[in-house]
Amino acid sequence: MSSFGRAPAVRRVGALLVWVAAVGPLPWLVWLAVSGGLGANPIESLQHRTGHYALRLLAASLTITPLRALTGWGWLVAHRRTLGLAAFAWAVTHLLVYVGLDLVLDLSQFLEDLVKRRYITVGMLAIALLTPLAVTSTQGWIRRLGGARWNRLHRLVYPAMIAAVAHYLWAVKKDVTLPVLYFLVVALLLGFRVVMRRRARSGVTARRADASFGT
Amino acid sequence: MLIRRPADIPSSEITPESAYLNRRQFMGAAGSLALAGLAVPAVLGASRGPAEHGDAVGQAQDDKLTPEEDATSYNNFYEFGTGKDDPKRNAGSLRPRPWSVQVDGLVKSPKRWDLDELLRGLAKEDKIYRHRCVEAWSMVIPWQGVKLRDVLARVEPLPSAKFVEFTTLLDPQQMPGQRTGVLRWPYKEALRLDEAMHPLSLLATGMYGKTIPNQNGAPLRLVVPWKYGFKGIKSIVRIRLTDRQPNTTWNDAIPSEYGFYANVNPTVDHPRWTQAKERRIGEFLRRNTLMFNGYAEQVASLYAGMDLRRYY
Repeated sequence: MSSFGRAPAVRRVGALLVWVAAVGPLPWLVWLAVSGGLGANPIESLQHRTGHYALRLLAASLTITPLRALTGWGWLVAHRRTLGLAAFAWAVTHLLVYVGLDLVLDLSQFLEDLVKRRYITVGMLAIALLTPLAVTSTQGWIRRLGGARWNRLHRLVYPAMIAAVAHYLWAVKKDVTLPVLYFLVVALLLGFRVVMRRRARSGVTARRADASFGT
Repeated sequence: MLIRRPADIPSSEITPESAYLNRRQFMGAAGSLALAGLAVPAVLGASRGPAEHGDAVGQAQDDKLTPEEDATSYNNFYEFGTGKDDPKRNAGSLRPRPWSVQVDGLVKSPKRWDLDELLRGLAKEDKIYRHRCVEAWSMVIPWQGVKLRDVLARVEPLPSAKFVEFTTLLDPQQMPGQRTGVLRWPYKEALRLDEAMHPLSLLATGMYGKTIPNQNGAPLRLVVPWKYGFKGIKSIVRIRLTDRQPNTTWNDAIPSEYGFYANVNPTVDHPRWTQAKERRIGEFLRRNTLMFNGYAEQVASLYAGMDLRRYY
């Protein structure tokens, strides 16, 4: 209750962080491109950077629920969609850099890659799984689907996240340090949900037991 | 011992600086056309199809030098980190002098050479080579060094020698990347003796007319222009002649992706990407990759009768 007065400041900082994380990379990339900061192979650099932004934002969107549970900050949930949408936007940019700049719209090469290279296959799978989530991210769709169904649909973010990290793991040449780190983060985030759900279930049974004792 | 006499290099392959500068002037005159981008699709179209005469096509392409800044800041040298910009940032800890090279195995008299002594009196070579990385990017780099065959002649291989193995320095103090287990250290590479004796095979000590920078493999590195870049082992401390095909680092690490031969070959894909095209650093559109990186005329005979799909 004493923290109530400070909440707006926390919320404002939280909102700022979310927006910087979501859109900040865009002016940063423009600056790097203009100043030559993308290095000797700018297309590869864009490719890697956009992929990293998508992965980080997707992981960030998955930290909202555990963070809310730990802090009790209900307002955090409003940012979950922002982060998820930004992750999707960067993932699509990542795909556009690949097809548009790297392959220069060589669609037969793209199809060959899609079939032959498993990291491309799972990468596309991740984007495909995220697409309905992005489409249904509006208030209108939440109303139309109803909260429960909307929530169920949006659990697709879990396989999408796993596919995205698998894409990264299979794309790197030899140094798997970062992909493995991502896998650990994902395991932590998903593990947290499993534990929460178990607790919630046992909590419910405990309360029922209490109730039967008439206290 | 079977050492086939390799074909001589056409003089077009070794471009003297004056000729190169003249060509630049010519290119400058033709610049507006090239800038219009009209020439690019035409050249790409011309080099389509089987690269039987890859070299002729290669020469027809515009092989202008990669900016020195790019060639010295975009490197694969895992001894200094796995990022492309890591070597330049971290290679300051390497001490390229004094430097000694152990030459042993099947040679007349095994010996630990001081590098300057090993190279003393050998003909200095100036060579502009296309450099094709297995990761499908490429550069054009002016190297200075000596022919590998001249060094081998100095150390006198025994008739039983069939392969040459090279080893990079092992010193985690100087090479911080060696404190990680990303590859098995020290880095090793090897050539068949006839490949090593080929006049295109170079031991480089300089690039762009300067002493070779640490991040590019100071003070001594191998350059084999018709093979993928990872064959070009850096900071060599040991050269061993042997009669058995040596193990090599990337081949050991991921044999399905990196072969012992590692000849540039547009018809054999890396499992994770096509090798039919490459991005020349500094260019937007990808080029077609040429058989043996455009050196087919000089080196194809080394592999006559070999199944290059199997021996990739």
